[in-house]
Amino acid sequence: MELLGLDVLFKGSNAMRLLQGLGIAVEISIISVVISLILGMLFGIFMTWKNPVAKVISRIYLEIVRIMPQLVLLFIVFFGATRALNINISAELSSIIVFSFWGVGEMGDLVRGSLESIPKHQYESAAALGMTKGQIYYHIVIPQAVRRLIPMSINLVTRMIKTTSLILMIGVVEVMKVGQQIIEANRMASPNAVFGIYGIILLLYFLVCWPISMLARHLEKKWSN
Amino acid sequence: MANEGVLRIEKLRKSFGDNVVIDGLDLTVQPGEVVVVIGPSGCGKSTLLRCINGLEEIQGGRILLDDQEVDGRSKDIARIRQKLGMVFQSYDLFPHKTIIENVTLSPIVVQKRPKSEVIAEGEALLQRVGLLDKRDDYPRQLSGGQKQRVAIARALAMKPEIMLLDEITAALDPEMVHEVLDVILDLAREGKTMIIVTHEMSFARAVADRVIFLEGGHIVEEGIPEQFFTNPSTDRARAFLRTFEFDAVRSHVPKLQENDAASA
Ligand SMILES: Nc1ncnc2c1ncn2[C@@H]1O[C@H](COP(=O)(O)OP(=O)(O)O)[C@@H](O)[C@H]1O
Ligand SMILES: [Mg+2]
Repeated sequence: MELLGLDVLFKGSNAMRLLQGLGIAVEISIISVVISLILGMLFGIFMTWKNPVAKVISRIYLEIVRIMPQLVLLFIVFFGATRALNINISAELSSIIVFSFWGVGEMGDLVRGSLESIPKHQYESAAALGMTKGQIYYHIVIPQAVRRLIPMSINLVTRMIKTTSLILMIGVVEVMKVGQQIIEANRMASPNAVFGIYGIILLLYFLVCWPISMLARHLEKKWSN
Repeated sequence: MANEGVLRIEKLRKSFGDNVVIDGLDLTVQPGEVVVVIGPSGCGKSTLLRCINGLEEIQGGRILLDDQEVDGRSKDIARIRQKLGMVFQSYDLFPHKTIIENVTLSPIVVQKRPKSEVIAEGEALLQRVGLLDKRDDYPRQLSGGQKQRVAIARALAMKPEIMLLDEITAALDPEMVHEVLDVILDLAREGKTMIIVTHEMSFARAVADRVIFLEGGHIVEEGIPEQFFTNPSTDRARAFLRTFEFDAVRSHVPKLQENDAASA
């Protein structure tokens, strides 16, 4: 215990604070993931439109999402909005905005990819069997697209959750932040705390991400045609 | 109704941009008739079948089935397509459905027939194409020839008036061609109306009531198979049929063994 500095964890409310930090990170992830999944579906369908304007808009959006590191986006939204627009956005809200902006783009591209991966002949065979457009989507296209989509989107969700540790950089009271505070406060009394606390943080992230990864792999296997 | 089961194509015109593929084609198919369409690659055989099924917009003329117009843009098209069973070269089974589900999906969701009745009929159709033991498999577990037989059963499950078959053996390994064509010969024997596009000439000869030779957007020649294949009246048909023959290039005639010669 002494060696890893884990005694620090049981001092005062340290353990409680660490869990609260994780709680906020998870909350930000969940909200962003839900927004990303819902708006991403719509954005993905929008991207399959033949309309050239729709194509250009989605192209630009995707390029921004792909090129800009989330960290830069976080700074732009959090500090930029405060400076330039003179509005005060909380760190939590700016994190949610940035992760959703990112997630909607990525999710949209996954949805577009799954829809476009269904060959034209699947539509035509179904049409030749007398199905209406609605029946073709409901019975043939969407079930196949969803099977391709689910493992990929779970993978995206895992990545989104992992990336929440970025939030620390702009001062959200989140796992890493709390961890750091605990370490700082105990630097003299327990110099090894840095190993223990970061170890615990790693463990916490693992506990959140691992079941999701396992689920992703399981579904991938089950639905690989 | 006088024209029950009759397909009438009048002055059909179909082009892709400037490329006129079908140029004023007339064709009437009577109930029970088996029409085989042949012609060089790219002459519009697939396009013709796709027009008949309303999968292509047409630029002129009309297509009538039971005196009803087939028009890909009309609201009625899904209902009319139920009378036309189409089988494509690439079979295109639904990969996320089992074999029996592939066969029964459309009768259940489109025709809204009772499920138990449809499943019993679907099993009978699978029995007929020799695949009842594959009932609960997925398409990926089947060979090409087996998939194509399921695709035929799937089309038949809708009880179509006319079957449209577009080079259904062209993508298959040679040893699987027969098992598929046998199913079609069986349907012909039963009196099913069919329009068949094929490059299998001996099959065409065996199955056809009438052969149509298509080229340059027109029907160049048509006739009963005996006459068409043995004594075509146009040069173009003759030239086309010659492309299926090979001249012997043997320069050494092998000496027959004694016993072979004796038994010969
Ligand atoms: N979707 C399409 N768009 C443009 N041209 C097409 C299309 N489908 C077919 N064609 C053209 O129409 C002609 C006839 O094609 P097709 O009906 O497939 O011939 P076949 O089945 O006799 O080999 C070809 O010249 C082909 O290039
Ligand atoms: Mg063709």
